[in-house]
Amino acid sequence: MAVRAQFENSNEVGVFATLTNSYALVAVGGSENFYSVFEAELADVIPVVHTTIAGTRIVGRLSAGNRKGLLLPTSTTDQELQHLRNALPDAVKIQRIEERLSALGNVICCNDHVALVHPDIERETEELVADVLGVEVFRQTIADNVLTGSYCALSNQGGIVHPQTSIQDQDELSSLLQVPLVAGSINRGSAVVGAGMVVNDWMAVTGLDTTATELSVVESVFRLGEGQAPSNISTTLKDSLVESFY
Amino acid sequence: MEVDLPVPLQQSASTGGATVLCCNCGVPMDGTSGMAMCFDCIKTTVDISEGVQREATLHFCRGCDRFLQPPNHWISAAPESRELLALCLRKLRGLSKVRIIDASFIWTEPHSRRVKVKITVQQEAFEKTILQQSFEVEYVVAYQQCADCAKSYTANTWRACIQMRQKVSHKRTFLWLEQLMLKHNAHRDCINIREVKDGLDFFFLQRTHAQKLLDFLGSVAPIKTKKSEELISQDIHTSTKSFKFSYSVELIPICKDDLVALPLKLAKSLGNINPIVLCNKVGNATHYIDPNTLQTCEVATPIYWRAPFNSVADASLLTEFVILDIEPLGQVKGKHVLADATVAKASDMGMSEKTYLIRTHLGAVLHPGDSAMGYFLSGTVFNDANFEQLEQYDSGRIPEVVLVKKHYQRRKKHKSRNWQLRRMAKDEGELLPKKADQEKMEREFEMFMQDVEEDEELRQTLALYKSNKPRGGGKMEGVEAADTGAMEVDASTDGDDDGDSIPEINPNDLLDDVENLTIHDEVL
Repeated sequence: MAVRAQFENSNEVGVFATLTNSYALVAVGGSENFYSVFEAELADVIPVVHTTIAGTRIVGRLSAGNRKGLLLPTSTTDQELQHLRNALPDAVKIQRIEERLSALGNVICCNDHVALVHPDIERETEELVADVLGVEVFRQTIADNVLTGSYCALSNQGGIVHPQTSIQDQDELSSLLQVPLVAGSINRGSAVVGAGMVVNDWMAVTGLDTTATELSVVESVFRLGEGQAPSNISTTLKDSLVESFY
Repeated sequence: MEVDLPVPLQQSASTGGATVLCCNCGVPMDGTSGMAMCFDCIKTTVDISEGVQREATLHFCRGCDRFLQPPNHWISAAPESRELLALCLRKLRGLSKVRIIDASFIWTEPHSRRVKVKITVQQEAFEKTILQQSFEVEYVVAYQQCADCAKSYTANTWRACIQMRQKVSHKRTFLWLEQLMLKHNAHRDCINIREVKDGLDFFFLQRTHAQKLLDFLGSVAPIKTKKSEELISQDIHTSTKSFKFSYSVELIPICKDDLVALPLKLAKSLGNINPIVLCNKVGNATHYIDPNTLQTCEVATPIYWRAPFNSVADASLLTEFVILDIEPLGQVKGKHVLADATVAKASDMGMSEKTYLIRTHLGAVLHPGDSAMGYFLSGTVFNDANFEQLEQYDSGRIPEVVLVKKHYQRRKKHKSRNWQLRRMAKDEGELLPKKADQEKMEREFEMFMQDVEEDEELRQTLALYKSNKPRGGGKMEGVEAADTGAMEVDASTDGDDDGDSIPEINPNDLLDDVENLTIHDEVL
């Protein structure tokens, strides 16, 4: 299912949270409202961790992770690393990476099997991504944007890319990722889909500005909610959309 | 208020087919252009004219029909003019954020005191999406008296004043200067013109206006100026002061056709000219001619003021002479031809046989039998130091008679003319004209009009207007005379033609008449 949330009047949910199939990181805010949204949905299933990274609240942009691991920038303090190690399941590998492009959330976009990374990322980083997250790594751009993490939201079921991505590019990325992709916007027309939402295999959190249309696209492509599997899409509106998906 | 719906300028070239859904309505659309919302949704959700005022106030001064251009400038703008539109657009706050494509007036009843402007603006609504939108703005015209008008309703509000004086008994120079100023519109900035003894006072709101008139006067007339200022108020905190400025302007008291006895020293320095000369031109210097030798000289104004002198005799002392015989001597200088003439006083005709053999510079225009005006010097006593000195040391250089100009017989005093002059509206001030003064002024003006008729050179510097008064019949032959040159009089030897036709002015040279021009700015 998809829910709308806001972090201290900001719609950029993906900036302040990281969501994977085995854990969730949430920034420390002035109030607990944003945390509560995650808590309400995920508390029984996976740990939801309050944390800062390098003393900042933009945890979603600084970290990248999936079910198997979590990558953190070198600016992460030992204390934060220790806190995360304590809070996350033992199966999750945590690794600090010495990378010039330290906003790992912006340069890495991954699900549990594949990762798309910034073309200029260092060779060592690329190897670490493959080892820690256990994924195949591809250097890619999305609609000519190098920040793959910002312009793509990805789960094991599907993905949303920048609205300007051409059908050809979508096909190419889709064949790499082995999941269906759709071009779309979030937060009433915003193109930064990666920063505007977080998603895992059974839930998505988007900004409060997200329109019903955008939410329905999110739900259908990530196969969230009951009866929303692509095979069940039957309305005439969706027909045309699905036609352009594949 | 009726507002046109926004019109998107770029219609998407939907070549690639639908790739995304409109984030607002969900309609499939081409996302590759970079838009996340369909045109219909942009049209309905975005208002680019949002920050622009829809109502504003214009301030209008009823006294001078001008609009206030903030902060404190007043401009005159006709209804629906470019100036007014510029003012209206400048009034609107928020209009600088959008691009103005078009603006036009919507007609409103003038008495409604409303001005409506339709404005079309363009702005980028989203990235790569330019919207165009038209809307109406209504202005209320509010009355506000401008500072100039407020001042004009209060007494003694002038800031600068020019006191122009010429210490002579007649007003010829002033009549000429008045016409010159009217032609060049030099009096435009005056707020008041007042007649005083021996001259005129001009009042101005600003010193620069007075300076402008002063410069004009300096370029056309021989003047001497003196500036004085009076402190009105002073702010010691900002050290700003306000002054009243008075310029005293004195004109050289010598007019055209005056007889002048130059100081001997000056005459020597001017090519040893005979000190008894006639003034033949007044510009920003005075020009003189010796009628006996045709020698001319020019006295620059600063040189005059080093050793001022007065005229010996002016136009009021002119007496009429009859030319009995005239013989050119062959010497010619410009339009002047030196001649020997035998003349007799017109008042002596039939009473005395006394004639005078004299030299004159009017050989080209005078013929036997003509009348001429001139000064009768022999036996006349002049109270002039230079003249007395000359009489004492070198009386042989004083001629008996000096002819000045040809005299035309005028049949009536107030002959109907085919032309007229504009007059300046003057405030008589404390000098309410007495009946005798009134007659004198009329006589002087009539003399000035005759001068204008007789002197082509003078006429060219003035603006003459067609008269709308009906003319007496049988005067058309004068037009032909004018064609051959106004000064040149048909000198036929026929006995029946007396050769006295008065020069008239070619109607083609005249401007349209004064009344039809409706010169409102004369109301001062």
